[in-house]
Amino acid sequence: MKKRKFDVKQLPAATAGAIDDRYKVATPLRSFLNKVFPDHWTFLLGEIALFAFIILLLTGTFLALFFEPSMQEVTYQGSYLPLRDVHMSRAYETSLELSFDVRGGLIMRQMHHWAALLFMAAIVVHMARVFFTGAFRKPRELNWIIGLLLFWLGFLEGFAGYSLPDDALSGTGLRIASAIVLSIPLVGSWVSTSLFSGEFPGEIILERFYILHVFLLPLVLLTLITVHVGLVIVQKHSQFPGPGRTNHNVVGERWFPRYVLKQGGFFMLVFGVLALMGGLFQINPIWLFGPYEAAVVSSGSQPDWYVMFLDGSTRLMPAWEIRAFGYTIPAIFWPTVVLPGLLTVFPMFYPFIEARLRKDKGFHNLLERPRDVPERTGLGAAGITFYLVLTFSGGNDIIADKFQISLNAMTWAGRIGLLVLPPLAYYVARRICLGLQQHDREVLAHGVETGIIRLLPDGRFIEVHQPLAPVDEHGHGELPYVGAPVPKKMNRLGALPPAVRGFFKPIEEPAPPKPKDREKIETH
Amino acid sequence: MSTGTGTGTGNGTGPTRFEVVRQGAREHDDVEIVHYEPQYPPGSKAEKRMTRIVSLMFMLSGLTAILFVLAYVWWPFTDWPSVDGWQYQPGNTASKGFTPILGLMLGLSLGFLGLGILTWGKKLLPHEIALQDRHDGGSDPAERALTGTTLQFIGEELGLARRPLLKVALAAPAAGLGAAALVVPVGMLIKDPHHPDVFFHTGWDPAANGGKKVRLVREDGVTAIRPEDISVGGQITAFPGIPEGNRNKHADSPVLLIRLRQDDAARLRENIKAYPTNAKFEKHPMVGDLVAYSKICTHAGCPASLYEQETNRLLCPCHQSQFLITDNAKPIFGPATQRLPMLPLELDEEGFLAAQGDFAVPVGPAFWEKPSERRDA
Ligand code: HEM
Ligand code: FES
Repeated sequence: MKKRKFDVKQLPAATAGAIDDRYKVATPLRSFLNKVFPDHWTFLLGEIALFAFIILLLTGTFLALFFEPSMQEVTYQGSYLPLRDVHMSRAYETSLELSFDVRGGLIMRQMHHWAALLFMAAIVVHMARVFFTGAFRKPRELNWIIGLLLFWLGFLEGFAGYSLPDDALSGTGLRIASAIVLSIPLVGSWVSTSLFSGEFPGEIILERFYILHVFLLPLVLLTLITVHVGLVIVQKHSQFPGPGRTNHNVVGERWFPRYVLKQGGFFMLVFGVLALMGGLFQINPIWLFGPYEAAVVSSGSQPDWYVMFLDGSTRLMPAWEIRAFGYTIPAIFWPTVVLPGLLTVFPMFYPFIEARLRKDKGFHNLLERPRDVPERTGLGAAGITFYLVLTFSGGNDIIADKFQISLNAMTWAGRIGLLVLPPLAYYVARRICLGLQQHDREVLAHGVETGIIRLLPDGRFIEVHQPLAPVDEHGHGELPYVGAPVPKKMNRLGALPPAVRGFFKPIEEPAPPKPKDREKIETH
Repeated sequence: MSTGTGTGTGNGTGPTRFEVVRQGAREHDDVEIVHYEPQYPPGSKAEKRMTRIVSLMFMLSGLTAILFVLAYVWWPFTDWPSVDGWQYQPGNTASKGFTPILGLMLGLSLGFLGLGILTWGKKLLPHEIALQDRHDGGSDPAERALTGTTLQFIGEELGLARRPLLKVALAAPAAGLGAAALVVPVGMLIKDPHHPDVFFHTGWDPAANGGKKVRLVREDGVTAIRPEDISVGGQITAFPGIPEGNRNKHADSPVLLIRLRQDDAARLRENIKAYPTNAKFEKHPMVGDLVAYSKICTHAGCPASLYEQETNRLLCPCHQSQFLITDNAKPIFGPATQRLPMLPLELDEEGFLAAQGDFAVPVGPAFWEKPSERRDA
């Protein structure tokens, strides 16, 4: 039999054909590749969170190969001399081994930790973007709720991870967590002994946290992230208002290959930045803290930044304990159980509350600029202020120390600030929004201020405005206000920001005014 | 608008590949490509320059990756791959550079790769504006109705509505297995906090020490303490002198042993009289000018360990609660609401400090059923 000639050129087509014969993918694949994505730099924030999560999975898996979540007591004899002969848990010992004996272990630990901080930061900023642009509105309420859950799950995951190495800071954090659990009315002591299998710290809590940290929570996170991103694809991304953009279309570019390629580049960039940080910037140097001992804590010990707002709320809470009939509701219950509860429930219902208040049942695929919804922007500003006051109060001892302020003054400043600053932020943000809107409307009505002053024959001075649209016989051209960016500088005429934009600055430079327009400017 | 792509089907006649794609996208995927334009004229100087830049970035990425591998293999840090004898040297040794050099090389390599890919995407790929219809707002009404009917029919086939007995009977396994799914995990985890009464007993309880009173010992867990070991105004952390008394197993037991100045001690003695929880110990809880308070903050359990001599305040570093030593450790600032329990002291036959017995109230953070004062007070 004659051997058939093997044609390399035909190989891809033949393989594709063979696959399609079996799975019938041609149609769904092509419509997937042809999906149009409306790019904007703020859409990148969620992606950073996704990238950080992937890096957490990668580095965390590596750590898990060496880490032992054991509270068994050992006497250290390892290679880090200053801690020789110190009693510690096996968990702390393996964390030291990861740092000093595993080649590359320290950079993995540090990358893991930095990635955790970045993950939470990206989630928070991403949430703010979604809030301020109204991206949570119908039909995207569910994704807002999932995002909120992702924040809290990330918070728990981070806290569990922070507890694992069993250094002095971990143990202190766990101790406070146990007090928070204890404070729950009626069942607190039962929940606490059940969680720790007896009294704090017991011998099993790290093993329980470990399985939470490396299996259960990552599994739930991964599932929710998949659903979250899946919904974005199915519902198609919302877009900012702009030329040609309506509630019913998507204006952007087909996401293959350009957009997806750029995402790959960003992923590498985030990965690279985390590698740099993991290598160059020390984080959580557990060997300096020493193992956890119940009697030892240093002042100025800080939790990770995303826990600080709860630390702050705990510090600011006045000593209000409710005692009646021999029973107690501890003061710590309010800032650490009730407050997070409120901070979960209220934002969760916010999309529905806002829709009810605005009497708005419509679908919204066009985003709103913050200035166009001053009340929401004000509320967001108030929320961020509230959060910042709490976060800074979480480090108020350090601030007091650095700036030589008394701690008590810092605490009182925090308490008062928490009540006064958010309403103030609401007011200021709302005023700014209204002002910006007003300016946009002026430009739409009269054109762009050119800075050119003209002396009229009758001696008056006027500023020359460059109109945005063709002018009528009175020299006026008015464009409707649609909530899209309005050019504010001369010579950007006809250059409403292009639909496809770059990351930091527009890829397309605005076109110079056509000679006809220039004429218009001169003769206005 | 320009299509700007020369990539044809190869034979020079018929529509180009781009035209096929554009028409297909329009007709099959509701995508209208309205603008499509290469960033630079194909073959132009600018394009070639950009291509060189991207290639340079890729090459730098490869180079730094190789440096990373070299550093990983040869930079001194551990006796890798052997494991014996390595010690981490304090001070400025070459091994300190290991982690930074890894981070630097890996970061640069990934960074160059990322920038290369980004530039490739942003600068070398044509850029386009396309419109796609969203088709949002639910399915076609006929489809919707048909699916609804199908679901209803499935319900009809199951026939629960027609067979009420089934409905009632089904509730049995639902409730039973539901309860089973709840009771097993809860039952596995649950621990009664009051049997043994873990929150009410610490390492100072003589009952757990064969009835013998427990000595105060130093951090090493064995060295007993005499009153004169502590200077006036000084303080040390003391642990119960029982096996593992200085370990986390007895995390609720550490106390702060303070020797007050004479006038402060006198003030405290006055204040103790007025506070039954501390007044009603068998013997006076102080030995001379010495007093011992639980070190476990009643707020959230951190060690309240910063002793301010001048003001006689004990400050907890976690949330800055402050306790007044001369008044039964009363909380005077911050979120703590309850006093630090006092450990009643005595001198044993050999002149070492010991505890008369356990604290009068549970130490540590408050909880629902925790008394804040002596039950018989
Ligand atoms: C499957 C995913 C993950 C695995 C397998 C994993 C595994 C681990 C392990 C074994 C440790 C102990 C390392 C040490 O000794 O320092 C650890 C620590 C930690 N993990 Fe994870 N982790 C994962 C995901 C996450 C996520 C999603 C976060 C944050 C949101 C996170 C945050 C942390 C933190 C903050 C530490 C403490 C690190 C340190 O001590 O420097 N981890 N993780
Ligand atoms: S634990 Fe002491 S003040 Fe909170």
